[in-house]
Amino acid sequence: MRPFASTSTRMATSWRVTLFLCALLMACRGPSLASGESECRMARNSQPQTPSSDNGTAGEGGHGGGTVTTLPIVTWRWEHVKDPYLVALWVLVCWLCKMIIEANHHVTNIIPESALLICSGFILGGIIWGADKVQTFSLTPTTFFYYLLPPIIIDSGYHMPNKPFFTNLGAILVHAVIGTCWNAASLGLSLWGCQIGGAMGDLNIGLLQYLLFGSLMAAVDPVAVLAVFDQVHVNDVLFIIVFGESLLNDGVTVVLFNVFDAFVSLGGPRINAAEIIKGIVSFFVVAFGGSLVGVAFGIIISLLTRCTYKVQIIEPGFVFILGYLSYLTADMLSLSAILSTTFYGVFCQKYVYANMDENSAHTVKYAMKVFANGAETVIFVFLGISAIDKLIWVWNTGFILLTLLFILVYRFMGVFFLNWFLNRYRLIPLEFVEQVIMSYGGLRGAVAYGLAVMLDENRIKEKNLMIGTTLIVVYFTVILQGITMKPLVLWLKVKRNEVRDKSLLERVTNTLFNHTLVGIEDISGQIGDNYFRNKWREFEKKWLMWALMKPSVRKKQDQIFDVFHQLNLKDAVEYVAEGEQGGSLEFIRNESAFLDFKKKFEDEYSDMMPDIMTYMSNGTMSRDPIPSVSLEMHEQTMKAMREAEEVNAHHLLDQHLYKSRKEHRHGFSRNNFEINRDAKEVQEIFQRTMRNRLESFKSAKMGVTPPKTITKHTKKEQQKMPNGKSMDKKKSSYSGDEDFEFSEGDSASGYGPSCTPFPMRATNRTGAGIDNPAFMLDLDPTDSLQIPPWLLESELNSSMVAPSQRAQERLPRTPSNLNRLTPLRFSIRSSDTQQTDSDLLPPPPPSPPPTDNTQK
Amino acid sequence: MGSSSSSLNKIPNAQELMQETGFSAAHLLRLYERFEWLDRDNRGNLSPEDFEALGGLAMNPIGGRIICAFFSPGQDTMDFPSFVRILAHFRPTDRHRNKGGTQQELPNSRNRKLKFAFQLYDMDRDGKISREELLQVLRAMLGLQVTEEQLQSIAERAIKEADLDKDDAISFEEFKKSLEKVNIEEKMSIGFLQ
Repeated sequence: MRPFASTSTRMATSWRVTLFLCALLMACRGPSLASGESECRMARNSQPQTPSSDNGTAGEGGHGGGTVTTLPIVTWRWEHVKDPYLVALWVLVCWLCKMIIEANHHVTNIIPESALLICSGFILGGIIWGADKVQTFSLTPTTFFYYLLPPIIIDSGYHMPNKPFFTNLGAILVHAVIGTCWNAASLGLSLWGCQIGGAMGDLNIGLLQYLLFGSLMAAVDPVAVLAVFDQVHVNDVLFIIVFGESLLNDGVTVVLFNVFDAFVSLGGPRINAAEIIKGIVSFFVVAFGGSLVGVAFGIIISLLTRCTYKVQIIEPGFVFILGYLSYLTADMLSLSAILSTTFYGVFCQKYVYANMDENSAHTVKYAMKVFANGAETVIFVFLGISAIDKLIWVWNTGFILLTLLFILVYRFMGVFFLNWFLNRYRLIPLEFVEQVIMSYGGLRGAVAYGLAVMLDENRIKEKNLMIGTTLIVVYFTVILQGITMKPLVLWLKVKRNEVRDKSLLERVTNTLFNHTLVGIEDISGQIGDNYFRNKWREFEKKWLMWALMKPSVRKKQDQIFDVFHQLNLKDAVEYVAEGEQGGSLEFIRNESAFLDFKKKFEDEYSDMMPDIMTYMSNGTMSRDPIPSVSLEMHEQTMKAMREAEEVNAHHLLDQHLYKSRKEHRHGFSRNNFEINRDAKEVQEIFQRTMRNRLESFKSAKMGVTPPKTITKHTKKEQQKMPNGKSMDKKKSSYSGDEDFEFSEGDSASGYGPSCTPFPMRATNRTGAGIDNPAFMLDLDPTDSLQIPPWLLESELNSSMVAPSQRAQERLPRTPSNLNRLTPLRFSIRSSDTQQTDSDLLPPPPPSPPPTDNTQK
Repeated sequence: MGSSSSSLNKIPNAQELMQETGFSAAHLLRLYERFEWLDRDNRGNLSPEDFEALGGLAMNPIGGRIICAFFSPGQDTMDFPSFVRILAHFRPTDRHRNKGGTQQELPNSRNRKLKFAFQLYDMDRDGKISREELLQVLRAMLGLQVTEEQLQSIAERAIKEADLDKDDAISFEEFKKSLEKVNIEEKMSIGFLQ
């Protein structure tokens, strides 16, 4: 991937100037300066050779030049602005193409956008050809590798869904490394064999050149793959494997390409075993070294964003600059730049996102999408334009057709063989149809073209044939395979990514599954691959988070819950006020009151106002519009409220479901406030568990009889209890006499369903009961003497926790209790085990809240 | 496997267990070792306390339920075969190979996995998830930040969504129905039990 200045470098120069001028300016330290400047020089030097650039560097003379006879009011200074102007114009044209394409939705539904962009490139190229009779503009490797590709790679890395990526990393690596090597070797050898067999006429290509060609054709292109698969929505696993493979194998291809390129320059006879071994070693060094460079830059950016809060305006810029620097640095060290930038993004995303201001994080996200999408568009258009050039077309039917055939066949063979191997170790094997899609998704793209253009004409005589063939392959895969991909996915009934609303039960059950799995893993005591993830998590939590995240971020959670809580509080006060106006607070407690009201209304009034009811049911106009309109409005309000609650319920689940360790382990979620919840959750759960055990211990060993409870059970439930003890579990229905439940709930807590040997925590949060551990202690003062020390400790521990938030947050029953809402700000903190907080916390207010009733 | 088959002898009814659960001999042996390790007093069976001693389960919000699921109602000990039978629920489902060849439903079938999950809700084993039972699960799994009202509202809604016959509870059929799009085979399988 060395910089290579080819004939028409006007594009290259101007690209640099406009798009990345500021980038280079900001990066004026370290190696990038040198490389940037040298490229500039190179590009300028080559400019006069460009056929159509008439005056070359003449414009640099500056302000008009020549002798000034009179003061010109306006001068024409085209040469002055030509290069940046052309670049800007081209970008505009490309983006306009995209705009036009996107406007025609019915077309993009059938033909993928990337294919259409290439086609518009054909048209534009045709126009230029018609005007100039020579192809003035084409995609140069320098432009491509240094200006168009990096934003795309940074974007892919930074927005990589880390969880599936690392879950499938093994498969991705196998496909990216072994699969790519297989593709390269098989294509090169087969073509060579065919040439010897005489299938392609007389070509001056040796075995090494074939292998070089094979290696540049081997890479599945991330740009093309993403463009096509984005629109197909296959399931996550399939997508991440194809996409991850395409991203990583670019690095592999470039490495292979460089190795074979070196072999070609060495020449056949001088390649001995030592050189081959060196080649293999360099392969690994280049790949791993590149990744390490990326991680190093990821660490730098994470550290840097800890301190950028004072320059928030340019904060987002740092992410781009360092990403670009990681690319250039790796390239400078002749390591894999693509891998470097990928891992830079993958590594830093979490910390950067957490450290930066929210606005900056959004800016980074959108700016990245703008750059990546823009670059992608330009790439595809120029891939099309590049085709309209008589110079590169050297037609050899045999060579082209055989290349196409081999690429397709060997891709299928490689994918199927590797998957056959991988499926033996996969939890959920990749299905046959998924493998077909995977093979078929082996699209070649701009990377292959860029590499082909970089071939050295002096050593490879058939360079133009190779470029032409590469273009044909790119067009074939992107356009034909791209178009047929969607029908194929539909026809084969590949598991699609489900885009549907999950029901609440489903969400809860999913979490339940995760917790269950972790629990079972604990029980069966076997170390799965989760073990290593766990270790990594611990390491990350202990060291990486400490080093790379702002201390304030590590505690950010509190703030967010504070906000959440304040909002809730506001709602609560409003509800109370509203309720008092209506004379009762019942509707607050019973969220189904609205529904009930509606039902009641229908039941009671349907006979009295039949016409209104018919209006409501069938929506036809009734003779009596006024009441019906108001009714309808009322119904709409209720509906809106129900919907809001629906959203609210999902939101709550999202936020507050305990994550199982399984999820924690690779919880690279970008929702930053999730990051630090883990420890607290664990403590919270632990406390709950221990308290329950304590309670059961008390009741079982000390023979403490639970205070009599006056709760309602349905008979049926009572009878169904397997062995009848501890029947005090509150099965009472929520809508019952709440005052009673309220007072008794606490004392009843801790006696779980008899099925459990020790009561589960779940059971003691009964109906409307206040569950206040501070008061539980007083249940039987003598108990504490007999409790073993470890239990005692845990009890103390849990008792020091301030009243659970749920307890505190309960809405007051009477207006006189309104003041209980005030300490809530503290209670949010105290729901975890931070002793300091809970010590500071005032004891529950002395006002006669329900807890007092508990004690009677 | 040859060496392990000799030590299989100490496991009672090893062959039948393998037949029934689909575990290989090596798995069975590993599980037996685990069983013995869990059984600190060498009583030959496990009690809930043995499970409670595991640190990880204390951190698990539904740890109690999981333990409970291992014990059939009214019993507080468990022998090795039942231990294995429970764990067999978590074997990944074989899609292509059918080792046993028997017509009987293996424990790792989708249905059995679902049944297991259902039992985690249905603590009183009446074949229905009542609203209260759902609430208990929710309480266990949601953070303390969530208010009781919110819990109530979630439970109410979840039941309403799944409840087809309007009995204010979720039967197993309804449960199955509402989860029919979920990939249970994947979600309730553990790789190393394969």
